[in-house]
Amino acid sequence: MEALPHLKNFTEVAEREIMTSGHVACPGCGAALAMRLALKTLGRDTILVIPACCWAVIDGPFPYSAAGVPVFQVAFETAAISAGAIRYGLDATGKKGINVVAWAGDGGTFDIGFGQLSAAAERNDDIIYVCYDNEAYMNTGIQRSSATPWGAWTTTTPGADFKRERKKNLLEIMAAHRIPYGATTTVAYPDDLVRKFRRAMSVEGFRLIHIFSPCPPGHKALEKDSILESRYAVESRVFPLYEVEDGTHYTLSMDPPKRPVDDYLNLQGRFRHLTDEQRAYIQQTVDEEWARLMHRMKVGEAIGG
Amino acid sequence: MQKILTGNESAAWGAMCAMAQVVSAYPITPQTTIIEELANLVAKGMLKAEFIKVESEHSAMAGCIGAQAAGARTFTATSAQGLALMHEMLHWAALGRLPVVMANVNRAMAPGWSIWTDQNDSLAQRDTGWLQYYCESNQEVLDTVIQAYKVAEAVDLPVMLVLDAFFLSHTYEAVDIPGQERTLGYLPPYKPSIYLDVNEPHAFGGIVPQDVYMEFRYKMQLAMDQALEEADKADEEFNRMFGRGYGLIERYHSDDAETILVTAGTATSTARVVIDDLRARGRSVGLLKIRLFRPFPAQLVREALAGCRRVAVLDRNICVGMGGIFAQEIRSALYHQPPERRPHIHGYIVGLGGRDIIPEVIEQIADDAEKRTVDDGRMIWIGLKD
Repeated sequence: MEALPHLKNFTEVAEREIMTSGHVACPGCGAALAMRLALKTLGRDTILVIPACCWAVIDGPFPYSAAGVPVFQVAFETAAISAGAIRYGLDATGKKGINVVAWAGDGGTFDIGFGQLSAAAERNDDIIYVCYDNEAYMNTGIQRSSATPWGAWTTTTPGADFKRERKKNLLEIMAAHRIPYGATTTVAYPDDLVRKFRRAMSVEGFRLIHIFSPCPPGHKALEKDSILESRYAVESRVFPLYEVEDGTHYTLSMDPPKRPVDDYLNLQGRFRHLTDEQRAYIQQTVDEEWARLMHRMKVGEAIGG
Repeated sequence: MQKILTGNESAAWGAMCAMAQVVSAYPITPQTTIIEELANLVAKGMLKAEFIKVESEHSAMAGCIGAQAAGARTFTATSAQGLALMHEMLHWAALGRLPVVMANVNRAMAPGWSIWTDQNDSLAQRDTGWLQYYCESNQEVLDTVIQAYKVAEAVDLPVMLVLDAFFLSHTYEAVDIPGQERTLGYLPPYKPSIYLDVNEPHAFGGIVPQDVYMEFRYKMQLAMDQALEEADKADEEFNRMFGRGYGLIERYHSDDAETILVTAGTATSTARVVIDDLRARGRSVGLLKIRLFRPFPAQLVREALAGCRRVAVLDRNICVGMGGIFAQEIRSALYHQPPERRPHIHGYIVGLGGRDIIPEVIEQIADDAEKRTVDDGRMIWIGLKD
């Protein structure tokens, strides 16, 4: 069927499919959708590096693979160095024009692989590092990570011992490394996600894309609500969508009418136990973080450089 | 070309001759001058390689693994704590069937901190699926790096070559350097049968169900069996081309000896002097040097020890709770031999943490072994202070 002319420019998402059916993600998995959209954009000249994370399973057991491009599964903490090293290997053997993409969960990024991530960013290794962030160790059965937000239930922060520590701010930490390009995105905004991968592909050096990735079993949310959760994360400013170039120049990608964080929290059973006061505290921290982000944007504009 | 090189520089020049394409390394005493020399060789353009300056040994090995999977020949070097930190990735390289080559400078494990030699660091990696060579001289270090690539790439398994801290790493000798052109005649460019190729996508390292995993391990074992032949061939061919060969083991005055000492690493050179001296005094002693430790050249060891009455194994290592590791390996190799081909095996723990193994110590071991009439499997500690 031919595309209707008036819909031609409706979306920038490519029609081609590189990821195949037969993957083993849970229904409503944000990480599966994120990969599908990313690969549509990255194309076949891509090597994927996947450490221990949900995607180590999602791709399918040996000898199957749903990715449609070469996949190199690596040790939990080694996504960044493995991808960087593949780039050095390609350079050493004269192979050009290939996207080398590390594709890691929040455990592999925020926690166990954090030192190696920092080192790869400091070396400015020529890779696209993607963290699909479902905010806990979902592959091992929902244990807290340093990406788990304040207030969340996990199997290691159960009952009254819900998580009392704040989520690390990944993009700010990586921006402080002065990486050439960093961005946040999420699956409810496919055009935003695709545009950021395209932008990352046009830049050399270390690029970070941080994807908020709903996880129905881990967030205790309905499978049908994954996209809604993703959208509410942005609208409530829990997960602002923005880009940082060279660690200094900020661009806000989206500034929709502000939604109360309660709308976001109410979609997820992992926040069900929170009192009104605790919810108000989350609202307060979200508002403060937003104000800080706005401030950094202005500082970037004022100082330039 | 001849140059005066340390053992560490010899390792670096070996990697230069072999034209390693990616070096991924992190400094640790006493390995440091290997990677300094490599950095110099790369900076001078004498080695056209990418040098990944990583933030840890774990990343050094992960870097070799990634670059090797992309189709490049890789090299790294480490020591002691660094090797221990790499442990997870040593398994990864071996099970991933990636022919990485690494020099390990034998150094005792901490605590307390010791920068001096013993073999516990490398021997603790025995079961990772790496080949292991123990070197005795700087020339042997350089030559073994080149041979290591030949063997590794023939069987798709990684190779570790080991040299003693300071006794080799920082000691100068005249070393013959074959150079890249002559080495190329021996070691052709790396051509992996499978690698990360966007034109022929494969998935590496994914989940392997219970009905498949064992077969991967079995194939590794077959490759290790083949490695024994390949290592022998590689050494013979090296000897033909460059006039130097080492064997997988070396027998020194052992054919007619009643007592045979077994060594690996630099203690071998000292032991040779002691053997000469004892022979001159009419004693029936000989020496067996173990150069290749994995795969263990069991048949060669059996043949070398078949005719003697007793074996004294010098272990510069200790498997706490069991004894010296070389002694265990040799006992295991000889267990199924008929009694007349199975000498007494006495295991000596000696020279840990860099304590010097001087000729008098080796002579003391030979004396002790000759006095023993019972093969009781005890570990015997030499030179212990009260």
